[in-house]
Amino acid sequence: MKHTLSVLVENTPGALSRITGLFSGRGFNIESLSVAATLDPTLSHLTLVTKGDDPIIEQIIKQLRRLVDVYKVVDVSEGEFVEREMALIKVRAEDETRAEVLRTCDIFRCKVVDVSPRTYTVEVTGPESKLKAVIELLSPIGIKEISRTGTIAMAREKKTA
Amino acid sequence: MARMTGKDMVIEALKREGIDLVFGFPGGAIIDVYDALEKDGNVKHVLVRHEQGAAHAADGYARATGKVGVCLVTSGPGATNTVTGIATASMDSVPIVVFTGQVPTSLIGNDAFQEVDIVGITRPCTKHNYLVRDVKDLPRILKEAFYIARSGRPGPVLVDLPKDVQNGKAEFEYPDEIGLRSYNPVTKPNAKQIERAFSLIRQAKRPIIYAGGGIIISGAHKELRAFAEAVNAPVTMTLMGLGGFPGTHRLSLGMLGMHGTYAANMAMANSDLIIAAGARFDDRVTGKIEAFVPKAKIIHLDIDPTSIQKNVRVDIPIVGDCKMALRGLLNIVEDEGRPAEDWIEQHQAWMQQIEAWKARHPLTYKKEPGVIKPQYVIERLYEMTKGRAIITTEVGQNQMWTAQFYKFDEPRTLLTSGGLGTMGYGFPAAIGAQMAFPDKLVIDVAGDGSIQMNIQEMATAMEQHLPVKIVILNNQFLGMVRQWQELFYGRRYAATKFEWNPDFVKLAEAYGAKGFRATIPEEVDDVLSRGLEAEGLVVMEFAIAPEEGVFPMVPAGKATTEMLLV
Repeated sequence: MKHTLSVLVENTPGALSRITGLFSGRGFNIESLSVAATLDPTLSHLTLVTKGDDPIIEQIIKQLRRLVDVYKVVDVSEGEFVEREMALIKVRAEDETRAEVLRTCDIFRCKVVDVSPRTYTVEVTGPESKLKAVIELLSPIGIKEISRTGTIAMAREKKTA
Repeated sequence: MARMTGKDMVIEALKREGIDLVFGFPGGAIIDVYDALEKDGNVKHVLVRHEQGAAHAADGYARATGKVGVCLVTSGPGATNTVTGIATASMDSVPIVVFTGQVPTSLIGNDAFQEVDIVGITRPCTKHNYLVRDVKDLPRILKEAFYIARSGRPGPVLVDLPKDVQNGKAEFEYPDEIGLRSYNPVTKPNAKQIERAFSLIRQAKRPIIYAGGGIIISGAHKELRAFAEAVNAPVTMTLMGLGGFPGTHRLSLGMLGMHGTYAANMAMANSDLIIAAGARFDDRVTGKIEAFVPKAKIIHLDIDPTSIQKNVRVDIPIVGDCKMALRGLLNIVEDEGRPAEDWIEQHQAWMQQIEAWKARHPLTYKKEPGVIKPQYVIERLYEMTKGRAIITTEVGQNQMWTAQFYKFDEPRTLLTSGGLGTMGYGFPAAIGAQMAFPDKLVIDVAGDGSIQMNIQEMATAMEQHLPVKIVILNNQFLGMVRQWQELFYGRRYAATKFEWNPDFVKLAEAYGAKGFRATIPEEVDDVLSRGLEAEGLVVMEFAIAPEEGVFPMVPAGKATTEMLLV
């Protein structure tokens, strides 16, 4: 079962390494990881996607909380949440495929951010499932290079006052 | 506020933390702190002969006293030599603070002479660690280091001190209080959970208390005893828990697990309620996890939430300090005011069953004429010391025979590497304990294999005039591995036979210590009494039956009821 963890951690050297070390040392799995400072520059926000059955996820969360540098851990996938990921995809765009690439981009509301005579570089944002679909459709045309941010996530607010 | 150099801050922090003793070994990258230590003159330094010895000695001091042990070493190899000691302390939740020298910040990352990323290396085996980049941060880091080491579930903390930080100056304001937003261990147990736990205890017909090292760390031995007596429940202990409940008490079943007693393992397997207190369901305790305590509900008291639900499912978790949790349970028992006879009656059939198990397979061994049995040596050691000594052990058969045949009645009287299983731990740990308690009898029970892993510390003990007594059970084998080879590897003794050993008596004498040797059972008492009475450092060597095994034994991966018996 996939879980998306939102982690607030002290913005200190080594804090990230403690977290990744915990995962490798205890045989936990990291599907994706994304980190940046928050509005409070002394804290970093980290979104971590991991897989495991319930006891493993419980251990992961407890082990993270045990780290001295970790301020807060929330499993946002326990409730309603928004997740986004961005990818930059450099796709082969020769004469016969240039239009096809643009059509696909249009359908998925991707942006072309760089153009060369033989390639388009496309920016795509959305939940992981959307990125997966775009990649699957562009792959037969020829993806030269891809760079993904990893998932970022946030819990949704209650819809009633 | 006074401006102060980093090296002086370290010494000042030690004094403010009540540390009057450090174990260490100097070098180029820590020479400045040593200079400050020497100039100050208020903190005693014990010069070891290998940095691993310093870490274990600080650990032994911490386990014997409950205070933080401190270790001071240089960069590079000095730092890496402490890693085994740090990992040992980490696995057994021992509060130590290790100061390592480091090359100047300007050289970090340049592969400078004696540079190593010790913070990176020790990240998985410390509770927390610091590389101090700016002397301005040092007072706060020093305060945090001691606080983190001793609070919550204790553990080792390492502080890496670059040479320019040691010599840089900053304002020194040592905080009295500390507030860390990201580190707030829960110590007060949830009252509702305690009530729920009690309602299970109230109904249980076959309860057993499974007590671990957390009892000793939290100082809960009095509460444990009072609680066990109040509800008339039997108590079994992990290796780390020995001494947390009196080994001679009528309710004690001794140690459980791989080399635990028959009664303890049978009682766990047949229990309907396990009350785990400060223990972590380690694989040496559970055996085959699928077959572990099939019929029991489990109450688990532990200060570390990660210990709960890690290896076994738990019915009632109670996160918090063991002493407070047991006190809470005891309060409910006392408030209820149920007559003691009712508790006794409730568990009568259970206690009878346990007595029958005890009688069927007590801890025992076969005597053979002319051959010294190691169990006999430990039994005699127990009787001659009246159980009053602080015992350290190495790791392997010597450790298990000690755990089985020496009855520990008091906490902090058995110092042994349980989690990591570090050969070479016992002797330096004995040095640490003897430094803390100069007038107590401190004995390291060793094998001929493990004593040689830190035997160089005999010079340290002599230099400090420490009257540590070393018992070497010499079977010319790495006995525990040999036992596994005998039982599970077709008696192929791969690399476990020592074809050569030093003459331990002469070796003792070469260091200026006294040495005694027994080769037949009739000499055991004489060697023990002469050795224990002699002044100063003493080695007592016993030539024991070479292929004696430790029994009962639960083979690795088997259920704990599948014990091999004597």
